Amino acid sequence: MKKRGTGLLTIAAFGYAFLYVPILSVVVYSFNDSRLVTLWGGFSLRWYKSLLENEEILGAALLSLQIAVVSATVATVFGTIAGLALHRIGRFRGRTLLTGMITSPLVMPEIITGISLLFLFITLSDWIGWPGARGAVTITIAHITFSMAYVAVVVRSRLAGSDESLEEAAMDLGGRPLRVFFDITVPTIAPAMISGWLLAFTLSLDDVVIASFVSGPGATTLPMLIFSKVKLGVTPDINALATVIIALVSVGVVAAALLIRRKT
Amino acid sequence: MSHEQLPKKPNAAEPWEIEGTRPLVEIRGVSKHFGDVVAVEDAWLDIYEKELFSILGGSGSGKSTLLRMLAGFETPTSGRILIDGKDMTAVPPYERPVNMMFQSYALFPHMSVEQNVAYGLKREGVAKAEIADRVAHMLDMVRMSRLAKRKPNALSGGERQRVALARSLIKRPRLLLLDEPLAALDKKLREHTQFELMGLQDELGITFVVVTHDQEEAMTLSTRVAVMNDGRFEQVGTPGQVYEFPINRFVADFVGTINFLACKVTSCEGGRAELESVEAGETLHARLEQPREPGSTGWLAVRPEKIFISKERPEGDSRTVLRGVVEDLGYFGNLSVYRVRLPSGKILQVSGQNRVRTARKTVEWDDEVFVSWDVGSAIVLDE
Repeated sequence: MKKRGTGLLTIAAFGYAFLYVPILSVVVYSFNDSRLVTLWGGFSLRWYKSLLENEEILGAALLSLQIAVVSATVATVFGTIAGLALHRIGRFRGRTLLTGMITSPLVMPEIITGISLLFLFITLSDWIGWPGARGAVTITIAHITFSMAYVAVVVRSRLAGSDESLEEAAMDLGGRPLRVFFDITVPTIAPAMISGWLLAFTLSLDDVVIASFVSGPGATTLPMLIFSKVKLGVTPDINALATVIIALVSVGVVAAALLIRRKT
Repeated sequence: MSHEQLPKKPNAAEPWEIEGTRPLVEIRGVSKHFGDVVAVEDAWLDIYEKELFSILGGSGSGKSTLLRMLAGFETPTSGRILIDGKDMTAVPPYERPVNMMFQSYALFPHMSVEQNVAYGLKREGVAKAEIADRVAHMLDMVRMSRLAKRKPNALSGGERQRVALARSLIKRPRLLLLDEPLAALDKKLREHTQFELMGLQDELGITFVVVTHDQEEAMTLSTRVAVMNDGRFEQVGTPGQVYEFPINRFVADFVGTINFLACKVTSCEGGRAELESVEAGETLHARLEQPREPGSTGWLAVRPEKIFISKERPEGDSRTVLRGVVEDLGYFGNLSVYRVRLPSGKILQVSGQNRVRTARKTVEWDDEVFVSWDVGSAIVLDE
């Protein structure tokens, strides 16, 4: 094996330390027996226990999961349709523009997405009386709008790399278009759909900015709850909660990465 | 070349020669435009049952578009396509009695060999037991039974080709379309597969339409060949007709190797023409199928194997004899190819069978030689 300079290794070590030490410290201190966040007082699972007994946190976690599952599922359906449409409808005037536009939520600052969606909901409520009160439903809708862009991008790139004659071959062998879609197209893009779903799920679970804008009284997602709790000082049970979330998110991200990389 | 030694099947009369035979495929004035681009322009063609018909052309000649219109993936801009007497112009691919073998093979990557082959029958609603039987039989025929459970990406190129063939034959189509069926195979395998394809076609009695850019492939395989260029058919005929009686310079040049000498007709009497050619440096003679106006220009075309090379002047007054110098020669074992420079600077390609077993060459580099051909071997072509 080629010998690499120690300088390069040091830089890499510092880089990774910079990224992961803060996260690791949260994980480590979640097992801290001490009530003081910055002082190590021995190993304990007491904060996990107190977490399980905290109805407020559990309620928020459940709400977050519900929103994440529903928004990821709907975003996957819509995003897949959008990805298919952009791939299928051959060349037309403005195709590049439309393709670019679907990816814009990816780079749009969340705060702008949040404000604009809030305006939308307020205006809608004025005009048609819906949504009456903002809450879980409006958060879900907001999450669908930005995460379907991610799904569309992933699905489209999968389609771009696939052999189009597969569908023609299936049709040639007697498959009607809808049948061919489920027999050939869906299996082809399934990895992209699953990784898109996981991505959308993780994004929804993470989001605090957009949710804060479009939520109303009574609907507090987990990130919102943590955010408001931390304002009053970090308590050790937040560390435990953060560790659980880190575990969930890493599983999601790793699974998504593996699926994106996997070839058929 | 190998196609010259293949025995032709002794047929009393070919279907296209019999008056009143209903063609299986009738292409009637079909055009296909993509925006401003003309892919196929006013194509007329009849293909008969049990033919192995080749559409030969370069890239962009429109041959693939024509095939895709037969399969139903493209709709003609104008004209009609009839298969078995029924108008298929607007019939979708899944309702045509036609199957296609794709150039990329298009095997379904998430299905095993068996499932790939069974797909067509499943969509047709054939009973499970019958599907299993027919798939097993078909896989046996293409010698792929051993690998029935494999996924396509675990197969070699030749194996994939056989699976693709099995999948496209399983529904026993009236017409099988093959898009560059041998292009992805290496040379040895290609020759072998060529004969397998011919054998299968003969055995099953299915009409094959092959699209290819490889003229040797088209010559070996086909009952008839259509040479396509710029969206039009230049010539349709048997391999022999296309090779020996090309109707224009494009066909002559595209099919096989040929020498052209620019010439001008000086006189034309009784099917025999006298030609003046600066490139040849002598007066040439040729037999004409159709009379030509004296003074008109054209090309005298002779194939390399029709030319005889010798160090002594050959006898006989029905031969055209030119002098030249051997500029280059290539030894291929069974034959030798010479490039002979005429005094005008024009190079003629000559090929000769090495009939005598000898390690010494009879004709060497820079030798002064005579090249000659029978007057009947040369043809006169338009631009």
